[in-house]
Parts: sequence; structure tokens; C-alpha cells
Amino acid sequence: MIIETDNLKYDEQAVFLLRSLYSKYGYKQYKMRKFEEYDLYVRNKDFLISDSVITFTDTNGKLMALKPDVTLSIVKNTKDSDSSVQKVYYDENVYRVSKGTHSYKEIKQAGLECIGDVDTYCVCEVLSLAVKSLMTISESCVVDVSDLAILFALYDYIGLSYETRKRMTSLISDKNTHEMKHLCEDMSVSAESTALLEELISYNGTPDEILPRLKAMAERIGAQAEFSEFESVVSSLDEELQSKLRIDFSVVSDINYYNGIVFKGFIDKIPDSVLSGGRYDSLMQSMSRKSKAIGFAVYIDMLERFNIKEREFDYAAVLLYSENDSISTVKNAAQRLINEYGCVFTAKKLPEKATYGKLFELQNGEVILIENNA
Amino acid sequence: MKTMLNVALPKGRLGEKVYSMFEKAGFPCPSIKEVNRKLIFENEDAGVRYFWVKPSDVAIYVERGAADVGIAGKDILLEYEPDIYELLDLGIGKCRMAVAAPKGFRDDVRKTLRVATKFSNIAQNYYASLGRDIDIIHLNGSIEIAPILGLSDVIVDIVETGTTLKENNLEVVETVVPISARLIANKTGYKFKTAQIEKVTNCLKQQVECKND
Repeated sequence: MIIETDNLKYDEQAVFLLRSLYSKYGYKQYKMRKFEEYDLYVRNKDFLISDSVITFTDTNGKLMALKPDVTLSIVKNTKDSDSSVQKVYYDENVYRVSKGTHSYKEIKQAGLECIGDVDTYCVCEVLSLAVKSLMTISESCVVDVSDLAILFALYDYIGLSYETRKRMTSLISDKNTHEMKHLCEDMSVSAESTALLEELISYNGTPDEILPRLKAMAERIGAQAEFSEFESVVSSLDEELQSKLRIDFSVVSDINYYNGIVFKGFIDKIPDSVLSGGRYDSLMQSMSRKSKAIGFAVYIDMLERFNIKEREFDYAAVLLYSENDSISTVKNAAQRLINEYGCVFTAKKLPEKATYGKLFELQNGEVILIENNA
Repeated sequence: MKTMLNVALPKGRLGEKVYSMFEKAGFPCPSIKEVNRKLIFENEDAGVRYFWVKPSDVAIYVERGAADVGIAGKDILLEYEPDIYELLDLGIGKCRMAVAAPKGFRDDVRKTLRVATKFSNIAQNYYASLGRDIDIIHLNGSIEIAPILGLSDVIVDIVETGTTLKENNLEVVETVVPISARLIANKTGYKFKTAQIEKVTNCLKQQVECKND
């Protein structure tokens, strides 16, 4: 079977390319059901992007949900082991409330999860695959990367309470320096600690630019071990991949579930992040698992409007025939035009409101050009 | 071709004030001062394109990437919670979100408090933080008359001078949050137009700091 990629939409092509990329690195496709027991999502509500889940009662009386997330299902259904590692990728639809419309939407998502004995190599591999995923889609991409272990170490150094941490994390995520300073004033945070938070929010640059600054901060707050782990991961990437990395601590996923490196990917001209991932050992712990885990998702639906080649015409050619023409004459004429123009609409009447490059008509078995717009 | 920085300005006096700050920051666009009904203005040499949009829509233009940066009131950001960067408090367009009630009002905590407002999300969050049970009545305008007509017990609304409240025999009971204009940026725009957005932010910051000194 030969697939003509010209007929595939950009998002469909991206899925093929990503599947092939992940397979090369030994990730196995993970196929899952469309439903899960609702209970799974209730217990891990904060891990979901949206609280709303479509539910229904199964024939056995169990409350089920159309899956709003893939990671939780994979974690639930993979073997819990801290001595081996499982690598899976997926290409699935999820169902959740879309941000703009406040109504449910079917969202196409691809991604991978690495679960089990996740060591530094696994983290490097997943981060490099995240960058490669975006580069597969567009060269004009950036992956923002930060590390929650360093952020938590800074919070510990400052002595922020749990409630203040949540508020502070949200301000860091918004790069909101002015309100961060107000919050520090309210919480009687010292000027030195406030300056450290301001420094952290200001990070937005390549590893070469930011790592030396981050190292100095890590030494000051006693987070050398966390920094060294982060540095070894970031520095392990090839130069080409590193050039797409930006260290930016505005990437802060849920602090209850994620713990180490976290990242978000952006593509020029797509207004929202198209990739999101990170290390989520804390989620595994909250699900009583001893495995460690890291993974990411690529939001394929975001690519729908990306890189669409505008078609000049709906059809390259239109062939009109009449009831008097035999089927074989029409069939042969249509085939000749398909071979020549690639796309031919064959009918007795012109299609309504359609545009076409050339209009042909069968007259006494002959194909006659009637109109030429091309 | 030069990369253009797309800026969503709120229509009205605040937007004009903000434009002059952008102009001082090195992003002039003289055509914007011409009297006409055009809504988009650009200066290719300065690499900037301005749009006039309804103030409450600025955050949508920025979140969806039609504008790279914009100026939005904190009230709008709190109400709609767009996924954007909030880079700077411009310290202009200052007012406050407040709870107002008829003079002499006393909150009877045995009853659900009826709250009329345009800002349902802000009101919900505020009362949730106090643990107070409320009934939100979403209105689109003339909020002040709701308590007078017995539609609600209190209102949550923006208060500038307090004149409208006074004229309707209402008074501020509690300040929910201070409001001012904020410089916001689209997250993707920030990654790919970093230098321009940082230049705007720093120059505007200097102007705000000069004003405060």
C-alpha cells in the first residue's frame, strides 16, 4: 500500500512521523479503551487539565468516563516495577472541555511515557524526543524547560508555606514579578529571597546563558545536587537540540504530581503550547506505585490549522457528461483527466459554489475544454 | 521583512495613554493619531502594528495569539483567567473591585448572600475564600440598582471615585482587590519575539518607575 502524503492533512502527517520517531527508540504503541472507570479520575482530579469528565453508567452499573487523559490510564494499566523500564507511546483521542468554548471537545493527542526504573539516561532520552517531536513538526520551535526540584529547594530555603507555594507557583507561571513582590511583602519574605524569586522569573534563555546563573543560585540555596542533575540532563542533548531549549521557570506543572524536570513546547504561529511533559514520580507515589515516570503529550489538534497550503481551486478539473454518454466513455475520460490533473469531479451538473481550474464536457464521446481558470 | 510586534490596545482614554507610553518606548505609529474609523495601524519601520479593541477583549486577542502583547485591566484577567504572561503593572487605570451595599447594610450570615455582579468568577472566588454561601446574579450593566430593587443584597463591581455608588445610596463594604492596567503577552509570542517584548517591557517599566519616584 502506498500512501500519498499530499492528501494527508498536516496533523495526520505529524502523527505518522511521531509514531515512526518513537518506534525507533524502542517505544511500543499502547492502545487503550475509550473508557475508564470514573473513580480513577476522581482520585486524581488535580492531575487533569480540566475537571469536567463525560460520564455514563455501564451495563454492569459501574460509573464510567470517556477518558479525559491518557497518562493515568497508562500508569494504571502498566506493571509496577522499579527494576525495569517500560517505554510506550500512544496516539489517542481524549475528551475534555476546551479552554475557549467551555464545551466538550474530542482532542487528538500523541505522546509517550517511560515508566519504571527511570534513570538520568531515560530523562535525557525523553527530553530529546520531546525536542525532536517539535522539530519534526516545525524547525521554528522552542522547548521551555525548568526543574521543580530546584523550585521546591528555593521554596524550602525561603520557608514558604504550602498555601503560599501554590499562589507563588501561579505567579511564577505568569511571569508576574510585580504581584510576586507584593506577596513577598505580605508574607514578610526577606529582600534577599524576593530577589532570588525575581531572578528565577527572569530566566528565559539558552542553557549557555542561564545555567551559570542558575548554578550560582543553586549554590546559594543549597540545591547543588538538584542543579547538577538538571545540568547533566540539559547538557546531554546534542547541540542542535540544545539550540531549541530555553530555560524558563514559568513552566510549572501541578506541584502535587510533578517533581523534577518539566517542559513545554511551542511552535511559531501556534498561540498555545503544543507539547507538555515532565517527571511525575509524585503522581506514581500518590497512586501507591514504586515506579518512577516521565512522559509528554503532543497536542495534535493544535496543528489542525498549521501550515495548511491554500488550495487555489476545490477541483483541478470538472468533467460534465450527459445521460447519453455510456458509462465506459465517462469512466475512461475521467481516468484520463485524473492522470493528467490529479483531482477531477465528474458529474452531470456543475457542483454548487465550487471552484475549478478547468471545465470539460463530454460531447459525442470527445472531451472538450469549455472553461479554463487555471 | 521585519518581524512586526502586534499590540492590542484598549479603546478609549486608557488606550491613548498607553499608546503614548509605547511611543516613548520606541514604538511610534503616527498614523494612529489621525482622526478616522480605522482600527489597525502599522509602522513597518518601527516594526509595530496596533489594534484598537474593546477593553474586555484584549486578553482574548493576546491569549489566542492575534496580538503578541496587550494592555488589559486586572479585573478582566481575574475574571477570565487567560493563559498569558502578566509582565508589568502599568500603575494606570487604577480603581478597585469592591463589595458595595445600601448604607447601613449588615450581613445576616444565616442567609445565603445574594450578589449581583458582572464579574461572577471574581465574586465566586472571593466569597469561596471567605467560606460564605452566595447566590450569584449575573448582570451586564446598571448593577447599582440591584440592591435598591431588592434583586440582590450586595453588588461586586469596579469602583473608581465612588460617585455612582453615592448617588444610588450605596457604600463600599469591602475591597476585593485593587485593579490597574497590566501589560500582558502571548506565551508563544514571547518565545519568538523575545527581544521586542523584553524591550517594550523594560522601557515601559522605566516609565512606570520614573512616575513612581
